[in-house]
Amino acid sequence: MNSRTRNTVLNCLALALLGAFIWWAEGNLDGYKIQVLNLIAVNAILALSLNLIYGFTGMFSLGHAGFMAIGAYTCAILILTPAQKEIMWILEPLIWPLSVIQTPFFVAVAAGGLLAALLGLLIAIPVLRLGGDYLGIATLGFAEIIRVVLTNLDFITNGALGIKGIPAYANLWWNYGWLLLTLFFIIRLVGSNFGNVLKAIRDDEIAAKNMGINTFFFKVVAFTVGAFFAGVGGALMGSLVSTIDPKMFAFTLTFNILMITVAGGLGSITGSLIGSVVITVLLEWLRIVENPLVIGSFEIPGIPGMRMVIFSLALILIILFRSEGIMGMREFSWNRLFGRFSRGGDGA
Amino acid sequence: MSDAILNIENVTMRFGGLTAVREVSMAVPRGSISGLIGPNGAGKTTVFNIITGFYTPTEGAVKFDGQDITGLAPHMVCRAGISRTFQNIRLFTNETVLENVMIGCHVRRKAGWWEAPLGLPRFKREEREIREKSVNLLETLGLARLADERSGGLPYGAQRKLEIARALATDPKFLLLDEPAAGMNPPETRELMAFIRDIREKFKITILLIEHDMKVVMGVCEHIWALDHGVKIAEGDPEAIQSDQKVIVAYLGEEYVKYAEN
Ligand SMILES: Nc1ncnc2c1ncn2[C@@H]1O[C@H](COP(=O)(O)OP(=O)(O)OP(=O)(O)O)[C@@H](O)[C@H]1O
Ligand SMILES: [Mg+2]
Repeated sequence: MNSRTRNTVLNCLALALLGAFIWWAEGNLDGYKIQVLNLIAVNAILALSLNLIYGFTGMFSLGHAGFMAIGAYTCAILILTPAQKEIMWILEPLIWPLSVIQTPFFVAVAAGGLLAALLGLLIAIPVLRLGGDYLGIATLGFAEIIRVVLTNLDFITNGALGIKGIPAYANLWWNYGWLLLTLFFIIRLVGSNFGNVLKAIRDDEIAAKNMGINTFFFKVVAFTVGAFFAGVGGALMGSLVSTIDPKMFAFTLTFNILMITVAGGLGSITGSLIGSVVITVLLEWLRIVENPLVIGSFEIPGIPGMRMVIFSLALILIILFRSEGIMGMREFSWNRLFGRFSRGGDGA
Repeated sequence: MSDAILNIENVTMRFGGLTAVREVSMAVPRGSISGLIGPNGAGKTTVFNIITGFYTPTEGAVKFDGQDITGLAPHMVCRAGISRTFQNIRLFTNETVLENVMIGCHVRRKAGWWEAPLGLPRFKREEREIREKSVNLLETLGLARLADERSGGLPYGAQRKLEIARALATDPKFLLLDEPAAGMNPPETRELMAFIRDIREKFKITILLIEHDMKVVMGVCEHIWALDHGVKIAEGDPEAIQSDQKVIVAYLGEEYVKYAEN
């Protein structure tokens, strides 16, 4: 059996294993644990999309919360029933035809991604034309503008009240399905010579131009594709938490994704996956520090926001002591795994 | 000029008050190995940056193979058939030797990026061809055993060579080398000279190089231009340049020449 067929077989096995695990989890795990598993998948999609923009193409972007908001609102409006919409939009009724449209979940998520991609394209073109030095600031500003717009477009977004009772379609199957789709797309892209082109732009933009690469075009492509998957992640997130409002899409959300991507390893797909498991679990676990703590007869009151303080400290520590993250730019591969076994396995 | 591959016509490049290149004209003979020399800050690299589209000249025009390329974007200049190396090596340091060369192949590919996720047959065939072409190129240039090394970790001489390999991967007709021998010891320099002659034959290209090492310049160049303070002070074959009074003065300084003559 050559290594190619072996890898295909192993990939299929891994997929089957994932399927079996999800099937088992649905029947045996409590709601909270399932929610954490769902969050891991959605965070992984978001981290992968940021990694494409920042880790592989080298564009420091802080606009993820904005793209997620677009995705979440689009999807939510498309999957609510017309009856729900009529009751919920109390400030101003939802405009026609949004008030009557209802689409299947898959279509709604894809539409959320596409709208986010369109907005990504619209900000990428002017900012990257100018050289992209201010991309971080520009995208941060963009995400804030999105929030302001969402708060004020009552007749579409229901303003500051947000949207409640979003159908909870985003179960493990959907979330992990979309994660696999994202993985497939990004692995194919990054693993091809087009991926090398993106990395070339990241490593040395001047040399990349000199190699005949239209760096502007490829930066726009990477940014737009990244925005698409950020929108998808946002759409799933909205259905997962069932309530969205403009406040939810503040900078903290972008920061969390950035943390996952950096901790996992900029430029490593495997890193983004590991990072989303580690950070999602850590963030849940850290909720403990915000609860009141009782030691004997003393009670230490919980400090709201303490979680983010610890989280930020962790980011600083990573940057100081392991700036390349868990994986660096390395990737998991079956070949490497087996190469190591066959070399190290002599004595066994 | 009967058969020049590149014509620089009265090019001037000003940066604010500083004139880095002043009314320079050059006609690079097709198929030649030519040299551009001059003391530090003479404007040599600026000429390269003008040819490759990184700077648009304040005045004058650059014509390549009959086409006016003045002000063309760098990636379009590469597509037209001009490639270069940099004075301070600029490799894609996180990528392997093979990947660096494969990146060079990108400019000639036809498939669009969106064909990668779809895995269309044309895309797959092209990916295979790019890999094969890159492996062959590395073999031709004697870099094959380094193919999977991270390029940033290579010894200096190999990095210089890889930068040339990467430039050749773009299928250029005209190759510009900015101080290829910088930082090399005499045996390495001798090898480099043979290498430069060799690639001209194998790839049927024209080469223009900037170099401070006169052994290299006089050893491989058939035609030489000398710049000083942005002005062309001499032009000719190696013998003519070596005995040119202006060139000697530019390199050694007027005072020294007077002193030596007495
Ligand atoms: N982008 C720029 N902006 C301002 N000044 C510049 C710029 N590029 C080059 N110069 C100036 O133009 C002059 C010529 O520089 P250039 O790099 O072309 O010299 P050079 O002949 O390559 O020298 P060296 O042998 O040291 O490499 C220098 O005075 C340099 O400072
Ligand atoms: Mg120079």
